[in-house]
Formats: sequence, structure tokens, C-alpha cells
Amino acid sequence: MNQILEIIGMVLLLIGGIFLFLGGLGIFRMPDTYNRLQAGTKATTLGGMSVILSVGLLEPGWFIKTLVLVIFIALSNPISSHALARANYKRKNYPYLKGGKEYDKYREVYQKEEEETA
Amino acid sequence: MEKTTSPGKFTRFVLSWLILFVVWLMFTSTLAIQEVITGLITAFLIALFTSRFFTCCDFSIFSPVKLFYIFNYFFVFLWALITANLDVARRVISPKLPINPGIVKFKTKLTSDFAKMVLANSITLTPGTLSVDIIDDTYYIHWIDVKSLDPEEAHKDIAEQFEKILLKIF
Repeated sequence: MNQILEIIGMVLLLIGGIFLFLGGLGIFRMPDTYNRLQAGTKATTLGGMSVILSVGLLEPGWFIKTLVLVIFIALSNPISSHALARANYKRKNYPYLKGGKEYDKYREVYQKEEEETA
Repeated sequence: MEKTTSPGKFTRFVLSWLILFVVWLMFTSTLAIQEVITGLITAFLIALFTSRFFTCCDFSIFSPVKLFYIFNYFFVFLWALITANLDVARRVISPKLPINPGIVKFKTKLTSDFAKMVLANSITLTPGTLSVDIIDDTYYIHWIDVKSLDPEEAHKDIAEQFEKILLKIF
């Protein structure tokens, strides 16, 4: 039984490592902040979750604690990425668009504000 | 932002006490009597100060139907998370970098603030989407590969699978 848990833990550790690496590669390759956040958030969420769970499986006494950590990661990671993206837009760092201006529907919110202040 | 579902003071207090106590039990992972008593007291004190921020739900969240949908949501979410990661992996590895990014918007039918927050978090962790902002009931979503700029179709593609379960829970 212990050996089975150990094997599952090792496999999860490997999967987590691969996804974390791909997330890093994504941050390196993507053209702008928003796409980098896309790659970063998803990869670190699943990668971090499976690494932490694998620690819990390799050390069964910690399993419940690692479950709590996994829940906290699933709650906090998307919120932080949302805050980063929104702050970045407020700094007028507009996203990279392949298809032209009509692909950015968020612009209208700030245009309205600018017209009101102007 | 208006709060459409705000449970009473007592409900809030008891539920946040309960949740804090469960988190305490999971972190100490023991049922020794001194740990349990310390946990009850600590959770009580923290709940005194923080229960006014607790707006998620009332006791009806423990009804079997809702628990079933929460369970169901968990699996839908897990599947979406895994496919999201495979999707990101595919885009990152392929040499051409197949992206067509843009920010789309759509309206949601959800009314409670907490449900909107859960939906936004889920959207961030599903394939190719990242929630940038919520203004009242309008979501602004950064989409790595825009398939449609029409709000209805974007809603169908991005949010529908989560929204129909969330409408049953909240």
C-alpha cells in the first residue's frame, strides 16, 4: 500500500514539474502580459497543486494539511492573476491584438471614463 | 455593488465559526481534547471580528441537492483545469505560437456577488480565458484564441457549463 502511494506521489511530482516548466516557457514565449498571465496562472495552479499533493502522498501524515493548501491555491491564484491583469490595463498597457482594435471590448469602459473627465 | 443574498448576523457568525474550526482541525490533524478546545476558542474570537465579511451562503448550502451540485461542480472544474493545462502546453510548445488574443465581454444571469466571484475564478482556470474585470453583471474576459466577438456566443463558449450549475447552488 505504501509503495503504491509512493509511486502515485512520484508520478504527480513529475507531472507537476512538467507543467511548471511549461508555464515558465510560456512566460518566456508569449508576446504580452495578458498572454503571459494565461500561461503562468493555469500552469502554476495545476503544477503547484500536484506537487503539493505528491508531498502529501509521499508523507501520509501531512496529507490533510496538503489538501488545505491545495484549496487555498485554487482560491487565491486566479484572484491574483485577475488583479494583475486589471492593474496592467489601468496602467494603459493595452493587449497585443492580431485582429485589430475591435478585438478589445474592454477599451470602451476606459474611453467613457476619459470622455467624462475630458 | 448591491448584495442580493446577505444572510443574517447569527447565520454568518455560526457558519464562519464552523468553517474556521474545520480549517483548524485539518491543519492540526488531531482530535486531542486540548487542541479541539483551543481551536474552538480561537475560531470563536476570529469569527467575532470577521463574520461581517462572510456573505457566501446560509444554512441551505447543506441541503443534499446543493451538496450534489457542489460535488458535480468540483468534477466539471477539475476536468476544465486539466484541459486548460493541456491547451496551454500545446500552444506553448508549437513553434508557430497559434494565438489570436482579444478581450470579449458578456453578461451573466448570476445575481449574488459570491457566485460571480466563483464564476470569474473558474473562467480564469479554464482553457484559454482570463477574467480581467467584472462591472455589475458584465464580464470582460481576455481570450487567447478569440472564436467569436458576439456576447451571446462568447457566453455559450466560456461560461455556460459553470453558470448552469452555479444557478442551482446559489
